[in-house]
Amino acid sequence: MSPLLANAILLSLFLFSLAMILTLIRLFKGPSAQDRVLALDYLYIVAMLMMLTLGIRYASDTYFEAALLIALFGFVGSFALAKFLLRGEVIE
Amino acid sequence: MNTPLSLWVEIPVAILLVLGSLFALIGATGLLRMKDYFQRMHPPALASTLGAWCVALASIIYFSALKSAPVLHAWLIPILLAITVPVTTLLLARAALFRKRMAGDDVPAEVSSRRTESGS
Repeated sequence: MSPLLANAILLSLFLFSLAMILTLIRLFKGPSAQDRVLALDYLYIVAMLMMLTLGIRYASDTYFEAALLIALFGFVGSFALAKFLLRGEVIE
Repeated sequence: MNTPLSLWVEIPVAILLVLGSLFALIGATGLLRMKDYFQRMHPPALASTLGAWCVALASIIYFSALKSAPVLHAWLIPILLAITVPVTTLLLARAALFRKRMAGDDVPAEVSSRRTESGS
């Protein structure tokens, strides 16, 4: 791996973590519950993109499966939380 | 690391990765700085569409060049996001509308009077 690609990967990991920090501020500050759920959903998406980038960095297939799992769990978690906000219970 | 890749592969991969992370950063900035909740719902779409497409394309180009065969499984991520993100967003918007209406905020009234929010 050339220094160009290695540095680009480091830069994009740095930008991803900056985005996660900004989202965390919204998660802790968020005036209402739906703001926090939205921030948590976004945190899942950014973590998944970070996993794909790490997979390129280490040239390994395992990270792709982790990214897929994070996407699935993020969807289920956000769906359940939104459902809870809408009705007051998850399963009826 | 073991086999050096051509520069014509590494430059697009680097550009796509930085572009995707920039989209994620722009989305987070919008999420932090927008005033209203319904405005704040918009910026995350930037990362789940454009950002995910850029990073998945970079992954496809890199692994295809590394194994000198088309490796397309990274497309699963944008396809999965395209299916799941609208569901979550729609449900969150309805939950926010419902909660704001219950709190007595200034939100649009329900269109149909017969259909209640909890029974549709």
